[in-house]
Formats: sequence, structure tokens, C-alpha cells
Amino acid sequence: MNVQAEKWPVARKANKGSKIKEDKATIVFNVIGYTLLTVISLVCLIPFWLIVAGSFTDEMEIISEGFKLFPHTISFEAYKSVFTTPEQIYRAYGVTIGVTAAGSLLGLLLTSMAGYVLSRKDFMYRNNLSFFIYFTTLFSGGLIPWYIMMTKYLGLKDSYWALILPPLVSAWNIILMRNFMKSIPDSVIESAKIDGAGDFLIYRRIILPLSTPGLATIGLFLALGYWNDWFNANVFITSDNKYPLQFLLYKILSSAAVLRTQTGAYLAANVVPPAETLKMAVAVVATGPIILLYPFVQKYFVKGLTIGAVKG
Amino acid sequence: MSEKRGFLKEFNKNRTLFLMIAPTLLYFIIFSYIPMIGVYYAFTNFNFDGGLFGSEFVGFKNFEFLYKSGILWNLTKNTVLYNLAFLIIGNILQIVSAIFLAQLASKFFKKTAQSLMFLPYFLSWVLVGAFVFNMFSDLGVVNTMLKQFGLQPYDFYLNPAPWKYIIVFFNVWKGIGYGTIIYLAAIMGISDELYEAAKIDGANVFQQIRSITLPLLKPTFILLILFSLGGILKGQFDLFYQIIGNNGLLYDATDIIDTYVFRSLTVNFDIGMGTAAGLYQSFFGFVLIMTVNYIIKKTREEYALF
Repeated sequence: MNVQAEKWPVARKANKGSKIKEDKATIVFNVIGYTLLTVISLVCLIPFWLIVAGSFTDEMEIISEGFKLFPHTISFEAYKSVFTTPEQIYRAYGVTIGVTAAGSLLGLLLTSMAGYVLSRKDFMYRNNLSFFIYFTTLFSGGLIPWYIMMTKYLGLKDSYWALILPPLVSAWNIILMRNFMKSIPDSVIESAKIDGAGDFLIYRRIILPLSTPGLATIGLFLALGYWNDWFNANVFITSDNKYPLQFLLYKILSSAAVLRTQTGAYLAANVVPPAETLKMAVAVVATGPIILLYPFVQKYFVKGLTIGAVKG
Repeated sequence: MSEKRGFLKEFNKNRTLFLMIAPTLLYFIIFSYIPMIGVYYAFTNFNFDGGLFGSEFVGFKNFEFLYKSGILWNLTKNTVLYNLAFLIIGNILQIVSAIFLAQLASKFFKKTAQSLMFLPYFLSWVLVGAFVFNMFSDLGVVNTMLKQFGLQPYDFYLNPAPWKYIIVFFNVWKGIGYGTIIYLAAIMGISDELYEAAKIDGANVFQQIRSITLPLLKPTFILLILFSLGGILKGQFDLFYQIIGNNGLLYDATDIIDTYVFRSLTVNFDIGMGTAAGLYQSFFGFVLIMTVNYIIKKTREEYALF
């Protein structure tokens, strides 16, 4: 093996483009690599396929035979059922979109202002305040004292604020934002000061425009967190017209809530109303926007991860 | 006195900056610092009318119960073992994926694989619950297949055994893209010259990986492992709750500190006991992360958290 490798040195990057015969080790490596990564990618994809396939199957087939990798029948009944009385889904969509938009924007404002202040090297208390914020990730009172604070002392039970406030500001996002802003040269701030600009004006006119990649990354992290949040609704929201999308899906999956559909129409037609397939259809409808946006936003997340990883 | 004057001077100089960070500080005071006082519940026999200081003080009785009943041991064991499994299996798969992604030639393949692997990270845990339902319920894909092969259907909801693997699988599944990207970034930071030199010396691709990539990934690996060890008492609530839910039959094998605390709050209404378990987790978690940070500071100061 070693002898062969010496005979045909690997053509990794030096011979990019030129067709030089690859050595045995490289061929083995490529075969393993392509196979393994294909398998992992497929495993990442299969659960989606199962849900989509399940949502398009005929309810009778599921009841008599169960969910399948490749169903025999195709049926749009589940989607028809969802969209003939879509009020509940639309309502949940509305709640999720509203909470996501409000929370992301407000969170971005607070995070960027805090990050800016902590990135200012002439701000005396920046290290103390950084630690004050960072400490909350090291120690916490736990779920229950926090819950009692939210409900008993702030009265946020069944309030939209209970969905907006918990994910609003996080120490990690502030640190990430501070690190983004630290890379802006001091001279920019200094020259603006000489021109007589105040601290807030510097933030708004200079720092924010220069931080758009950071803002995009953190804004998307926030938005994703809000969109996927079900936990806060689970502990705080009691009236079902305030359910966000993921929580409605959770309730439907656990059969604690039945999607209000026109079951009456099915009684006459002698067809089984979709129940199991309906769960899958709602899962598809709730996840759709994420899948559609994913190709466009992926790069911002990758950027956020790599910067966060390098600078902690 | 002089310190106070220093503060006032600084405040007057940077009033705008103070105002800009004030909402965030207020946020952390209200939602993080004040609730810390609430750990006092752990030492009370909590009743809702009494509130924070109106409940009967019972000292360490809640902790004593958690310890003597064996609950604490079971919760700690489950939390730590699951996290170890996540950590080891997750990191190995992430490193292997990153190494292959970095070396393979086809750009299209790399991009597609990376996108598909990162996709689960974007999905809600509720959707993971939907997968589990689709695969493991009575009508699930697994049972359909068993029936097709003429085997007896398997009732997953009555048997704790398979859930350990299902939980580990979905944790690894959701995090593989995330970790791969971090390791990939570390590999991309390795200088090309090293590989060129190795090639001239006749090293094949496996030898290059063994003697260049792996040793240079070691610091990133150790750092990530250490930080994860610091958080080893923190459970993945969403994962366990969406997969197991409130199925009491499976608790022995799948109950972690976070699910126990959650149930104390929402099912058993045992505020004192739940807060005690939460405080136990917070306290030892704090000790662990401080220890880890101390070790990192001693060895590679630039990577220390604070």
C-alpha cells in the first residue's frame, strides 16, 4: 500500500482539473465517502418522505394496513379536509407569523443595541455588564421559579406576551452580536464622533448598516426559534384561539385536539373521514414555509455557526 | 465614595449607551435574576396561597426525599448517560462527515449532502414527534413492515427498551448538520501547504487524514467535548417530551431531570420537589462548568469562556 502510494502521489488540490489517474487509496476513500454521505443524507430525508407520503395516502389504506414507505393509493382528502374549514389553521398561522415578526424585530433591536454598547471599547463597564448577562447561562433558578414569575407576578398566563418574551433576548445572541460588531474598526466610530454624531446616531447610521450580515444571522436564528416554539404555548396558553402553529400541530398529533373539519360531509358519502392522514397533512402545512425558505437562508445560519464557533 | 463618583461620571459621559443597554439588563433582572430568589421554594412545602415566603419551611427535606426515593439517582443517571451517548456518537459522526465533505471532489454532491444534513436542525421538535408517530405507532411504518414480513406487530408504547435508541437516533439526526459545519470550518482552517507537503512525501489520503487532519482537529474536538461535559446535567427537554410525552410506562428508561421538573409543575403540582430537582441541576451544572472552564484556562487560556 505504501509502496503504491509512493508510486502515484495523491493529486488532491495541485492537479485540480487535470485528469491524472488517482491512486487506490483515493478511490477507496471516495467510494466510502460518497456512500456514507449518501446514506446519511437519505436518513436525514426519509422522515419527510414518510410524512408527505402519509399525508397523500387514502385513510382506508392506513387503517387497514398502516403507514408505508410507498403507499398504493393517492388521496388528497386530508388536504381537502384541512382547507375546507381552514379557520383554525389560518388562525394559528396568524398567531405564529405575528409572534415571529414582533419577537424577531424587537429581539433584534434589543440584541443589537446591547451588542453595540458592549462592543464599545471606551465603555468602562463593558466587561462587568458582559459578565452580568453571561452569568445567566451559567446559573438559573430553574423552570419553576421562572414560571411562577411569569404567571403569578407578571400575570402573563394566556397572553401573547408569554410567547414573545421568553425567546426575546439571549446571552448567546448578544455575545455573537458583540463579536460581529467588534470587527468594525474603531476609527469609523472615532471619525463619526469628531463630526459630532451622538452614540445613538452612530449606532443607527453607521454600526447597523455595517452589521447587516450579523443582523441577518441573528434575526433568522430568532425567527426560527419563534416559528418552532411550542413549549411556551404549552405552559402558558390556555385558550385555543391563541395557539401558535407548532402547538396546534402538537395538540392534533397527541389527539388532544381534533381539527374542526366538516365531518358531517363524510357521514353521507360513506367514506372514512381522514384522521391519521390529517395529522400528517397538518405537519406538512406547518413545516412548509421552513422548507420553502430553507435554501435561501441556509448560508446565514452557516455563517452564524462558524463565527460563533471560532469566537465562543 | 470615589467609586460612586466614578460611576456617576461614567453615567453622565455615556448616558445614551446606558439607556441603550438598559432594556436588556432589565430583561435579565426580571427573567433571570429575580427568579433565582425562587430557588427558596426548594426548601419549602409550597402552597399556592402562601406564595414565596408564606409556605412552610422544611429545610432539605425535599432533597432528602429525592435522594432516598432513588428518584435523584435515576434522573441523574439517565440525564448523564443520554448526554454521553449523544456526545460520543454525535461527535464521531460529525467528524467523519466533515472529513469526507472536505475531501470529496464533486461540489454539487457536497453542497447537496450538506444541505440535507443541516435540514433537520431547522425543524421543530413537534415535527420529530410526528415522525415518531408515523414510524412507531400501532399503524406506523415499522409495524406495517413487520406485518408484511409475517411477523407479530410490536407495541412500542408498552416497551421501554427500544426508546433509548430512538431518542439517541433523533438527537444525532437533528444535530449532525450543525456539528459537521463546525468541524468543517475547523478543517478548512488547516493550511493547504501541509497537505501539499504530505503529498510530496507520498502520503495517501488516509495517511494525510491520520497525520494532519485528525491531530489538528483535536483542539476543536476537546474543546467541544469539554463544554458539552460542562452541560452534561442539562437535558434536552424538547427531545424527550416530544418523543415520550407523558407515557409513564417508559419513565424508568427515559425520565431526565428536565422532564421530571416539568411534570412536577404541570402534572403533580409539586412545586417544592420540582424546584429542588431544578436547583440540584443548576447548582451542579454550575460547579461542572466552572471546573471545565478552570481546566481550559489552565491549558489553553485563549479558549476559556471567561
